[in-house]
Parts: sequence; structure tokens; C-alpha cells
Amino acid sequence: MLNYTIRRLMFTIPVLLFISFIIFLLLDLAPNDPTGNLPMTIPPEVREKIRESLGLGQPIHVRYFKWCVQFFVNEPLNIIDQMFGTCTWGCEDRLRVQSWATRSPVVDLIVERMPQTLWVVGMSYVVGILIAIPIGVISAYRQYSWFDQAGTFVSMVGFSVPTFFTGVLMIVIFSVMIPTDSWFWFPSIYDTTHKVTDLASFGFQIRQMAMPVFVLALYNAAQISRFMRASMLDNLNQDYVRTARAKGMRERVVLLVHVLRNSLIPVVTVIALGVPQVFGGAIITEQVFKVNGLGQLLIIGIQGADIPLVQTLTFIFAVLIVLFNLIADILYGILDPRIRYD
Amino acid sequence: MTDATTAASVPEKHRNQWADVWDQFKTHRGAVMGAIFFVAVCCLVIFGPMLWHLDPNFIDIRSKNQGPSFAHPMGTDQLGRDTFASVLQGGRVSLLVGVTAMLLALVLGTLVGVLAGYFKRLDGFLMRITDLFLALPLLPLLLVIIMLFRDTLRAAFGPETGIFLLIVFVIGITSWMQTARIVRGDVLALKEQEFVLAARSIGTPSRRMIGRHILPNVLSPIMVSATLGIANAIITESALSFLGLGFPSDFPTWGRLLYDSTNFMTLNPERVIWPGLAISLTVLSVNYIGDGLRDALDPRIRGR
Amino acid sequence: MKLKTALLGAATAVALSGVTAQAERGADGHLNIIYWQAASILNPFLSGGTKDTEASSMVIEPLARYDEQGNMLPWLVDEIPTVANGGISEDLTTITWKLTPGIKWSDGSDFTAADVVFTGEYCMHPEGGCQQESKFAGVKNVEALDDLTVKITFDGPKPFPYAPFVGVESPIIQAAQFANCLGADAPNCTEANFGPHGTGPFRVTEFKANDVISYEANPHYRDPAKPAFATATFKGGGDAAAAARSVLETGEFDYAWNLQIDPTILTQMAGAGKGTVVSSFGTSVERLMVNLSNPDAALGDKRSTLEGGPHPFLTDPIVRTALSKAIDRALVSEVGYGAAGKPTCNVLPAPAIYASTANDACLGQDIAGANAMLEGAGWVKGADGIRAKDGVRLSILYQTSTNAVRQDTQALLKQWWSEIGVETELKNVDAGVFFGGDQSSPDTYQKLFADIEMYTNNFAGTDPEAYMGNWVCDEIPMPSNNWLGSNMPRYCDPAYDALAAKMGQTSALEERAELAKAMNDMLMQAGAMIPLVHRGDVSAHSNTLNGVKMNSWDSELWNVADWTRAD
Repeated sequence: MLNYTIRRLMFTIPVLLFISFIIFLLLDLAPNDPTGNLPMTIPPEVREKIRESLGLGQPIHVRYFKWCVQFFVNEPLNIIDQMFGTCTWGCEDRLRVQSWATRSPVVDLIVERMPQTLWVVGMSYVVGILIAIPIGVISAYRQYSWFDQAGTFVSMVGFSVPTFFTGVLMIVIFSVMIPTDSWFWFPSIYDTTHKVTDLASFGFQIRQMAMPVFVLALYNAAQISRFMRASMLDNLNQDYVRTARAKGMRERVVLLVHVLRNSLIPVVTVIALGVPQVFGGAIITEQVFKVNGLGQLLIIGIQGADIPLVQTLTFIFAVLIVLFNLIADILYGILDPRIRYD
Repeated sequence: MTDATTAASVPEKHRNQWADVWDQFKTHRGAVMGAIFFVAVCCLVIFGPMLWHLDPNFIDIRSKNQGPSFAHPMGTDQLGRDTFASVLQGGRVSLLVGVTAMLLALVLGTLVGVLAGYFKRLDGFLMRITDLFLALPLLPLLLVIIMLFRDTLRAAFGPETGIFLLIVFVIGITSWMQTARIVRGDVLALKEQEFVLAARSIGTPSRRMIGRHILPNVLSPIMVSATLGIANAIITESALSFLGLGFPSDFPTWGRLLYDSTNFMTLNPERVIWPGLAISLTVLSVNYIGDGLRDALDPRIRGR
Repeated sequence: MKLKTALLGAATAVALSGVTAQAERGADGHLNIIYWQAASILNPFLSGGTKDTEASSMVIEPLARYDEQGNMLPWLVDEIPTVANGGISEDLTTITWKLTPGIKWSDGSDFTAADVVFTGEYCMHPEGGCQQESKFAGVKNVEALDDLTVKITFDGPKPFPYAPFVGVESPIIQAAQFANCLGADAPNCTEANFGPHGTGPFRVTEFKANDVISYEANPHYRDPAKPAFATATFKGGGDAAAAARSVLETGEFDYAWNLQIDPTILTQMAGAGKGTVVSSFGTSVERLMVNLSNPDAALGDKRSTLEGGPHPFLTDPIVRTALSKAIDRALVSEVGYGAAGKPTCNVLPAPAIYASTANDACLGQDIAGANAMLEGAGWVKGADGIRAKDGVRLSILYQTSTNAVRQDTQALLKQWWSEIGVETELKNVDAGVFFGGDQSSPDTYQKLFADIEMYTNNFAGTDPEAYMGNWVCDEIPMPSNNWLGSNMPRYCDPAYDALAAKMGQTSALEERAELAKAMNDMLMQAGAMIPLVHRGDVSAHSNTLNGVKMNSWDSELWNVADWTRAD
């Protein structure tokens, strides 16, 4: 397995380079433009000059190469310098990856967005998984019981009603209809400048997270619980379950040790696909609750054709996807030792 | 979905596997109800617009933002267009897009997943392609595809069919990866099970192996993917039209109706309730059909 | 004695300003502003849109700005230079501004003429990519005569010399802070771009790009009693409906900007009683651009260019008039814009002295009349109900950017046009693509690969000269100028060009107004554009916030120093 992991990791480097080039091509080809959101009063000649000043006049391979140098060489060097307070090879005029819209280093923007993204999107994913697995297990074990039927109904509605609707519904109920001084009132706008320093401020943090986390967790749990249930059902009818029961093992052990372990493969796949999505943010939910995490950063970048920003974010995202899929592959081997890649 | 036809074409005396499947399917109450509901919805959206004579695009500004009445059973929107007519008309597009895009994604995902899981030689390559597709930013990809192909398709098939093909293609091509990863994971585990090893040891060719032993056993995650896929396609379509990348604005779809009416939630709630209900119940019915089909196709359950 | 004077002074200040709250800096606590488009930079010269300029207007200020009526107000100067007071030379080639003494930057240093000169240098630098470069068009030289006097020399007579350093788009930045940010270095000064020193009532304490800005009262602000708020938050994100909700329904925020949502919803939200919707009118007009050239795809490179030949039917004035007559502008305005819209028949609806009344006949809808006109001109209905003449069908591809109100307008117009036998196909394009001007995209508003397109245009400030110059022959977008041009209808009339040239040499206000009106009427009578709605700006403020004066000629936050909290 270790051999396999190392081989995969080596192979990852050219794959990621290739992916980064494809993304760059795609972004370059896309028809939106960094001057598209300027007021109409700015004349076309000035727009052309702005484009020139962003370096859009250069051929694509030059721009791609510049990005590669900035991202793969200059940014890591910068991190090293910041950590040790050193100044390696000309740190004064080292060009970092600069966003076009904000004229500031992209990596700093991403770091600035991490707290709210992890608090809201990350938490919702954890909550989603924690809800989904028990629901999936019980639903499968008691197939067609009222619990299963209710779970099916809620998760199907949860998945098929989009977050732009559930989010606004929550706001209308908990921010508008409920009076502001009530305990059940929740803020509709997430305050990213809020700092948790004591219990009261922690309470406020929980309050402002509650609605977006609930909306997202419902959506995530719906999906994962369906796969969990289906996979459990498949395994519950297998011969080994009958054998285990016949051997007189306790039902709880049969269910939670043998069946659950064997049923986790598709769930691990789904979760591994979902974790990078956490870092991709949740565009719609973030917009509804004004969380302004990585998803909002990405969508603003796309709308404003901020190529360095979108390229960097998407590439980090790609790294996570490749990494987590690798982790999933390794986990398969642990869950089912018969799976071998050598 | 296809069971009604298969069952009808099979004569009673010639009992084969498919008749067994149909018999088993019939005993699944949820599945039968789901199927009836689904067929009813299909009939309603296919024949409904012929019976309900109001044009979904007809603007009667004097009756804007109305609640339910005999003239407008689901009320009207901010321009006085009849919501019922829009829901009927919108259902055609949403169902068609949902089902076709889901099928496309499912076929593609299953194909890639089975091939990658079963043949070790293909695994690395196919999974890296999957990684690439997972990593591509959706919106710029859509902008590019639409810039390159919208005019060509519009010229070749007209604005509606052209954009329909484009949307189905776009949704299909961007949502098969999850299915592929899940199917591959299951196939990897299946491949090492005793019955597969046994079948292989007696020299069963790969094609038969996949058709006989692998596919039937990865059916349940595929069914779940199918259910989630329909919902996903319907919602994605609405996001596309909202971004101006989908159907023209005078072309109602369920997702779009839901999106447009979200802000009117407190003003006239029935505008959001109906499209929302239509999407959820359709997805729910597909889910039950999927459950029934899975049970029916599983020989271990069928015997019970 | 001392205390008594202070109290008396405070009392008179209150009586004069008519503000009830105590006139003391920072006494009213915290101010919450929401702009649903988040600010990405606080340097207006590198900004990505109105949101950035407005956010920066709380910090940095121009020499003079416009009040809510569109009148010019001296801001960092004592008076507006004119020919009469000697501030503008007789030959109209120079303007001299005299700065108010004693103004300080937020870091405590003095505001001097050198800062103004530097700002000019900064924006006119050829490699800087300054967004407001056109404000400095024709400027030959900016020099400091002494610490408080700035002289701007133009390369020819300038009848309206109030473009540089006037209005929200052209504020003064501090020379000391931006000294190393000239030209190609401009984008690298992240710290300065995110937290410029200013002369305004607030200064930046924290800037989170595309998210939120925190301000505090500027301790060196010239009026010791202002601003009333000690701190302020400028939050971004979400959409217009959510912003409206946070002020009008939940009361979490005090001020929300640009609430272009369905007027019915806005009215309903305002019914909650927590806030007030305010609007004001500038020069924005939602209009249809009629393509006078042929957009047929079969023409290849000549598509939508003058070489491609005239449009098959839109060059017929009867058709254009009929299309305009079939529209009920009052209804479009009411349905889409509510209180923030007025039906209009002019592309130049304001300021009042420039507004023509010659075209007001278009305000009434006349479907029967339009039908009769088309019938009379030989456009006859075919079996499908669509009019045609000599094998040319009246079938229109009508494009606009994606926006709920615009799609409603499209639906209304499609219905009316179908009543006069015109077939309409609707198309909407993502705004970033539509207005982006990417050379490779076929969907930009400049290429106009459609028969009719709809969008809003306006001009900054109150002088329409540059705006009316948009429709001269040289401004026609075509492949040879990389589609860079503002004359979307491809309208070309030497008589119009002559009027435009004449306006550039006329300085008397009345004569300029006559010229502008004549040009507006020419465009309207030629039918190159079909104006629909004179659009206002809509915002909302909390009922606990006093002093808001909506302003469409300058920043909406132009008088934020005067805002107070009602008790």
C-alpha cells in the first residue's frame, strides 16, 4: 500500500500541472471580461488600457508561465520568508499572484476567507455526516418502517428543494417574522468581523452560524444518508451476515462492525468527493446568508473575470480533489483488505 | 419506467427473468405508487397544456400577483401570467431535461466506473480524467461551451431544441463523476469476492462477467445516483437559466419558476409552493421507483 | 463662562442644522451600511465598479462635488472657480482652484496643492490603467502655484472644465502615501489601495476585500462635531432583495444601496415599518438600441457593420415608429421600476435644462395606430399573423443582459409587438459577458449580433457633452476598431456630427443646452434608439437614521458626515 501511495503521489505532479494548464486555457477562452462591471461612463479606449495594464495583451503561454512561476516558486518562498522572517532571493520585488479586482495577493485573500468557510461550510459537512450515517443505518435496518419512510421523505425533499429557497424561507421565518428581541431570532447577515473572545461572543457565533449550517447540513445529509441506506441494504442480505448471526454474535456487533464496515465504501467515496467541496465553499448558501467565504470569492472572481484569482482557487481545489480521491482509494484498502492495487 | 412495456410484451407462458422482476416490482407498494404518480405527472404535463387553454406567456397585467381562483387555480405572477399554465408547460422541459441529463450522466458514470474498477490498466487514466472533470470550474466551462456552440446549435435546430440539446449535454457532462467514483469503488470490492473469483476461474469472458455479475451488484448506488441526478439536473437547469445560459426567459421551467418566485414567498405563497412541490414529489416518486427496481432486480430479495 | 459659551454654541449649531441629536463626534455609535456588491478596493482609480467608488467616498473627497439637485458644491475649496470670479481664464484654457486652508489628512498631515498635483499625475500615467482617465482628457498640465493653489491647463479651450477633481469618480489621494505607486507599480500598493488616507469623515480600520470594511471617525476631520457615528461597517454580499430585507424587515442594517427589485416586493417590505425607501433621478435611461446594420450571420465578418449593408427592415422609419408606438412606457416603468422609474421619450432626460419636450407624443401607447401605419406601408399579415413585405418578415431577435426586471420588460414588449404582427425571439446574456467586450464573444453589446438590444446608459456629473458624442459616425463599433465604440445603433449623420463638434466649442450654458436638445431630438426622430424608462436610483434607510439625502449625481454617501441616529 505504501508503494502504491508513493507511486500515486509521484504521478500526481504531472497530472496537476496538466489540469492547471487546462483550467488556464478554459479561463482564457471564457468570454467574460475584467472591465465588464465598470460603469457605462468609462469609454472603450480606457477599458482597453486597463486590460493592457493587467497584462492581457501578452500571449497565453507567457501568461501561463508567469502564473506558474508566481504560484509554484514565489508563493512558497513567501510563506517560508513569513514563517522565519527571512528574505530569500530578492523578496522586495518578488511578484506574488495578484488578483485583478482587488490588486492584492490572492493567497492572502484565501487565508482571510478560511475562518468563515470552515466554520460554516465545514461544520455543516461534519453535522451532515453525523446525522446521515445513523439515519442511513437505521433506515436500512428497519426498512419500510415509519422511521425509514419519514427519513426518505425528509431527505428527498431536502435534496430536491434548492438552498436558494430553503435559505430564504429560513430568513423569512427566523429573521423577519420572529421579533428581534426573541430568543428564536437569528441574524440574516453573517458578520465576518466578529471575534470569539468569551462565552457571549461564542453564543453569537453559534447563532449566526445556525441557519446556514442547518440549510447546508440538510442538503449534505440527504445525499449521504441515501447512499448509506442503499449500501447497508445490499450488505444486510449477504451470506456473511447470516453466518455471523448463526454463530450467535450479538445483533449490534453484526450490524455496526460487519455490515457497517462493508457498507462504507460508497459513503467514503461520497465524503471524499465532498470534502474538497467544503473548500470550494457553498456559493448559493454563502450568498443567501452573506457569509462571504471561499465560494463567494470564487463567484465574484468568475463574474469579474479575475483570472489569477479563479485560476489559483480552482487549482487549490484540484489539488484537494486529487488528494482526497487518493485518500479514498487508500481507505478502500483498509475497509476491505481484499482490495489491492499492486 | 420501462417496466410497463417489458411486462406487456412478455407472454404469460414464457416465464422469464423479466416477468419475475415485474412480479416482484408489483408487490412493492411504494414503487407502484411512485410509478403511478410519475406517469400521472408525465401525462399531465404532456396533455395538460392542450386542455388548459391559457398561454403561460400571456400577460394580463390587470390580474397580476393574484391568489388562487377558478380562473387561475395557482394564482398569477408579477406580470399576470397564469402560474398553472406555467407549471404545466415548465414540467415538460424540466422532466425532459431531468430524465435525459440524468440518463446521460448515469450511462457515462457507470461506464467509466465499471471500466476503471474492473480493468486495472484503465483505472489510472480514467480516474485522472475524472479528477480533471471534477476540478474544472463549472461556470467558465459553461460560458465557453455556450459561446462556442449556442449559435451553431440555434441555427441547426432552432432556439428551443438547440438549447435543449446544449443543456442536456452540459448537465450530463458535468455530473457523471460522482457516479463513476462510487461505481468504481464498489466494483473494486466486488472484484475480489468469492463468486466473482469463482466465475472468473471457470473462464467467463469479461463482457459476461460485467453484465452478469458486476452490474447487478452495483445497482443500488446507481439507483440512488439516478434519483439524486434527476433532482440535480432540474435544479442545475434553473441555475443555468438564471445565469442567462439556459432557455430564453419566456420559457418556463420548474426550477426557474421556483427561483423567480422565491422573493414573492410572503406575498403569494402558492407561487412557490406548487413548483417546489412538483419538483420534490417527482424526485420522491423516482426514488420509490428506484427502490422498487433495486429490490426487484436483486435475486436474493426476489426469492423471499 | 467658558461652559456657557460652549453650550450656547452647541445650541445654535443644533438650531441651525435642524438635527436633533447632540452635535458631538462619535456620539451616535455605530452605522451599518450594506452594499450587496461587495467593495473590492478602496482606490477609485483602480476600482471595478460603482460599489468601490462609493465605499471610498466615505474616506477620500474631491475638490468639489454635486449635491442632490445636481448643483456643484465647493468641498475642499472655498468657492467654485468661474470666469466671473477669475478662477477660469478668459480663453477657457485654465482653471485655478484655491484650497480651503487648515484641512488635514487622516494621518494628521496637511492637505496641500501637491496632493492634487500628484493625483493628476497618478491618473494620467500611461501605464497605470487608471479607470478615470477620461476625466483628465485634454489636461496639459496640473501645477501647484503655492501650497493652496492648483492651476490646471488644458490643451485648448474647455467650455466645461469641471471634470478633473470634481465628483465622486475623481477624488484626491495623498501624495505621501501613493508616491511609490505610480504607473506600473499602481497595483502592487495593496496596503494603500485598501486603506487610503483621506480628508473625509471616516478612516479605514479594517478592509476585507470583497467582504466588509470597518471605519472609524476620522479624528482630523475638519468639522470637529462630525461625523456623528463613531464607527461604521460597510458590508457586501448577497443580493438586492436580501439587502432590502435587512434594512426594511429585520432592521439589522441602516442603509442599503441599489435595490432594483420588483416594486411590489419593495412596497411590501417597506410596509413592515422599519425603514424607508428613497429614490432619486440622475441621467440613466433604459433604452432599446435599434440595429441599423444587418446582423445576418451569413454575412460572416461583415455582420452588424456598415459594410454588411442596411438592416432588412429596421431601416424603414415606419417600422421603428410602429415598434415604439406599441409600447406602453408607463406600464413598463410601473411594473419594473415603481417609484424609481418615469416613462421617457428622450435619451437625455436630465438635468432639466437639457430635457427636450419635443418627443413626448411617444408616451401614449397606440397599438391600433401602429397597426394602421404598418398596414399603410405595405407590411401585411401573413398566415402566421406576422407581417411581411417583399418576402421580409418582421421577426426580431431582442437581447439584453440577465436581470429579472429586464426579462419582465422583454416579456411585455414581446406581447405588444405580437399584437402589431411582429415576431420576437428573446435572448438574455450574462451581464459580465454582455458588457465585457471580449473580442472572441459574439454576445457583447458592442457587437450587437441581434436586431434590438436593451440596456441602461447614463453620464457622470451634469454635463452631457461626452455622452451626446457617443453617436457620431466615428464611434461606430466595427472590426477595424476592435468593436470599441459607443454608437451601438450604427447611426451616422453628418448633421449630427456637426452639432457635436459645435458643442465642443460653445461655452454659454443656454447655447449648450439648445445644442444638446437638438441632438437628442435628432436621435429620437431618426428612431435610432427607443427610450423606455428614465431610471432612478433606489436605496433604503432605517427609520432610525436621519440626514440621508439620496444623490444620483455623486456618491450616495456624499453627506455621510451629516448622518445621525434618531432617538
